[in-house]
This record gives sequence, C-alpha cells and structure tokens, in this order.
Amino acid sequence: MANRLEGKVALVTGGTSGIGAGTVERLASEGAKVVFTGRNEDAAKSICDATGATFVKHAVDDAEGWAGVMEHIASKHGRLDIAFANAGTEHGDASVEDVTVENWNAIVGVNQTGAMLTVQHAIRMMKDNPGGATGSVIINSSMNAHRAMGNYVSYSVTKAAAVALAKSAAIHCGNQGYKIRVNAILPGVVETAMIRGIIEASGDEAGTRAIYEGMAPLKRMGEVEEIAGLVAYLGSDEAAFVSGSEIVIDGATTAGMMGV
Amino acid sequence: MSNLGNRRLEGRVAVVSGGLRGIGLSTVERYVAEGAEVVLTDLDDEGSDAVKEVLGRIGNSASYLRANVTEEGDWQRVADHVTQRHGKLHILVNNAGTDLTGPVETLSMEAWRRIMAINVDGVFLGTKHLVPLMAESGKDVKGGSSIINVSSIMGLVGMNEVSAYNASKGAVRLFTKGIAVEFATKQMPIRANSLHPGFVFTPLLNAGFQRWVDSGVAEKPEDLVAMVAGNTPIGRLAQPEEIASAAFFLACEDSSYMTGSEIVVDGGYTAQ
Repeated sequence: MANRLEGKVALVTGGTSGIGAGTVERLASEGAKVVFTGRNEDAAKSICDATGATFVKHAVDDAEGWAGVMEHIASKHGRLDIAFANAGTEHGDASVEDVTVENWNAIVGVNQTGAMLTVQHAIRMMKDNPGGATGSVIINSSMNAHRAMGNYVSYSVTKAAAVALAKSAAIHCGNQGYKIRVNAILPGVVETAMIRGIIEASGDEAGTRAIYEGMAPLKRMGEVEEIAGLVAYLGSDEAAFVSGSEIVIDGATTAGMMGV
Repeated sequence: MSNLGNRRLEGRVAVVSGGLRGIGLSTVERYVAEGAEVVLTDLDDEGSDAVKEVLGRIGNSASYLRANVTEEGDWQRVADHVTQRHGKLHILVNNAGTDLTGPVETLSMEAWRRIMAINVDGVFLGTKHLVPLMAESGKDVKGGSSIINVSSIMGLVGMNEVSAYNASKGAVRLFTKGIAVEFATKQMPIRANSLHPGFVFTPLLNAGFQRWVDSGVAEKPEDLVAMVAGNTPIGRLAQPEEIASAAFFLACEDSSYMTGSEIVVDGGYTAQ
C-alpha cells in the first residue's frame, strides 16, 4: 500500500478486534503512526507486533482515563491527525419494553458518551497541531442509525446519536475556523470475530450465517478490510472537502427493498 | 494529492460523460493517473481545440467521442466504441449535466424537458447501454464494476428557484438506489452509488453565478463566492480534484462493499 498517510498520527478506539483492528492495520500500512485503545491486552500485543502500532489500555467511557491516552499520543508523536471513534457495544441490549436501565446506561456510556469523549479529546489535540488546526475524525455509527432494530433499542438510538454528533462537531470546527473534518460511517453487517462468535454459538451455524448474509441484497456480509478502506479514505487528504457527511457502507441493505 | 498516480486502476476501462471540463475532466485525469484507460464523451466536435488540448495532454490512455447523453443512438455508438477499442468496461461515470434556475411559474416546459433529458434521461441511457458490458467485466474485479452517478447536494435539499435542478438530481439519487438493489438482488457484479458535490469551482458554477449577477441577485460573481464560502463550514468552495478523489474512491476496490449509497462532498454545507 502506498504511503498516503505518511506523517500522520492516528488514534483508533476499540482497536483490539473487528473493524478497529482492521483499521489499525490499514492505517499503518498506508504509513500512519497508530495508537489504539481497548481492554484486551493479549489481542493488542499481536496487533502491535504485526503493525508497529502502540496500545494504551483504556475503556472509551472512562472519562478520567482519557488524559492518559492523550498524554501517550502527545509524548510519543506530538500531534494527532486521524481519530477513529470505533469502540462500541450492544451487550445486554433488548427491546424498549425489556431493556434494563443499567444495560441502557452502559450502552449509552460506550456508544454515545464514549464517542463524544473521543471526538472531544481528538479536537482538543488536533487544534494545537504543529502547523495549524488540522485533522479528520471518523465516527463508527451503523446502518441502524437509519433503520432501527426493535430488539436493540439502545444500540439503534446511540448509533443515530453518533450521526448527529458528527454533524454537530463538523459545524463547530467550521465555526472555529479549524481545518478539522468530522464524518460518520454507517456500516451494515460486517463479518467480525464477534459476529462469527454469534454464528458459532447459535446452534445452527449454517442457518444463522444465511440470515446475516441475506440481510444485504449483495447476499454477503462486509469484510473488516472493506470498512477500513473507507476510514482510510476519510482520514486522508483525498477527502479534504468531506465533512459533516454520513457514509453508508452496507451492500445496499438500506438502499431499498429487496422485492419478491 | 499525495497518492496520485499509484495506478490502482491499472487494467481498468472507464467511460466518463461530460468529460471535457469541470468535475468530469478532473475525474478523467485522476483515472488516467491511476492507470485506467478512459473514454470520455461530450458535445464538442471531435476535432475541436478543447478535445485536442485534453487528448494531447492525456495521451493514448484516453479517447474522445462526441455523444449527446440524451440520444439513445449516441450511447449505442459509445458502447460499440468501448467494445471495439477495449472489449471491457469497469467504471461508468454519468457526469454530464446542466442547470436551470428561476421562479417555477416562469420555467418553460421546453426548459424543464431539456434539463430532465440531460440530467435524468442521460443517466438512464448511459446505464442501460453499458450495463451488459460492465456485468461481464465486473466478474474479474473485487466488488464488481462501478457506476458513479453524479447528483448534487441539490438532489438532497431544496433551494430557492432551483426546483427543476432539484428534481433532476433527486431523480439521479433514487435511480441509483434502484439499480443498486436490482444488480445486487440479481447477483450482477455491478455496484452503483451517487456522488453529491456541493459548490465546486467549475465552468457550470461560473455560468450560474454570472446568471445570478445578471439578474441582480449580486453585484459580482466574487460576492457570490464569498457568500457561499461563508455558508460552508469548511469555509471555502471545492476544487474539481476534490470531487474526482471521491469518484476515484468509488471506482476502486476500496469501496467494494458500497452500493446503493451516496457520498456527499460539500464541506459540511448540508450537515447544518
């Protein structure tokens, strides 16, 4: 991969697996120096070894812990050019009738407050970048921001909030005269280790896989690398005029109805 | 752009309508820099100075055909030319377009039909006549062939005295989603996405701004540029290259899971 991101420093939250890990790999392969966060130290070590990225153990909704993350980036690299607010969860989610307030709060904490903290800390560092206030922030929303799921109320609501977060932050940066862009990406179902785990644990692997694959008219799930390619585009100077946008990447799942 | 010319479209063939100027020309240049062979179409005569200048600069990687996007016979000629010259087609950029402004009660039926013919019929006809070849060529490419329909932010939101253009670009947006779902459902290896530029420095923008100046909306075009820049969060208008880079992303394998989607490149204009 050519060095489109040479000289850039990137932060990826939730970088130890799935789309996050794939993005760490992709950004590093294009020349970026990458710092990623998460909770799984064992998984992090092999990613660091493979990519040259560095890891800070941090849960995205731990507000106090953010100072340590930013201190690591500042002392190691002295700037921040790309931030991918990727950490997310749907653990314990249910329908609006059944969800417990504890689980709702936990999901809001990670998906919504965690994303806000990522954008906030990224902008605070990017605005002081040597050479001027520049950077690109990408928030990992979901196609469910546009099409809600009845049995995942907290996930659907927080992913819709992530889109508004991107737009608000983009407008703020414009108002302040920062050359910092903020965008949201809205993936469909992506074949991550988490989804593979759900398929394997379902008791009917072939049937469950077919349900996931059948959601998209394209009749397959997205690959982690395909999402990482979009993040790399938005992170690069290629997307210098893209801000406040929401980009759906879902194999036409939400483009319309599949028909009969 | 730092990654210009990494030749990520080596071996690919592209058709770009309205390829002689503005966003179309920038897209042609970018695709050639990435190693693609490009057939560009426009309304200028094949021996015109504009054609000679562009082909002279780009060289053998590009060929030009005079084709009116509203004429079905012209698209048949484009399909024949691509088949004979290249035998394959991976990328179609339905870019040719025109604008129309004015109070709705003053728009003539003729003017309405003209903009619909160019902006909507043109996208339909280009798609219709090139899809068979693209379906074949798409088998060899990750994610398949790629159709990129150039809509506009005016295909997403309305604007004062822009109703006909709004309608035409809105049609492009949903035509794109329709064909995306259709191709995916049939497992035809073609993706389709729409591109929605905001205000971009192009000959079409200059002409539109001049018309507004002539009608007394502003004193000079520079005032309109300053006004639009002031209303854009990024604080400026786009260069055509910044739209071409999105057209490149949609053409290359990095966007292999994107179909039926849209990319807005407007500096935050419609996020507000």
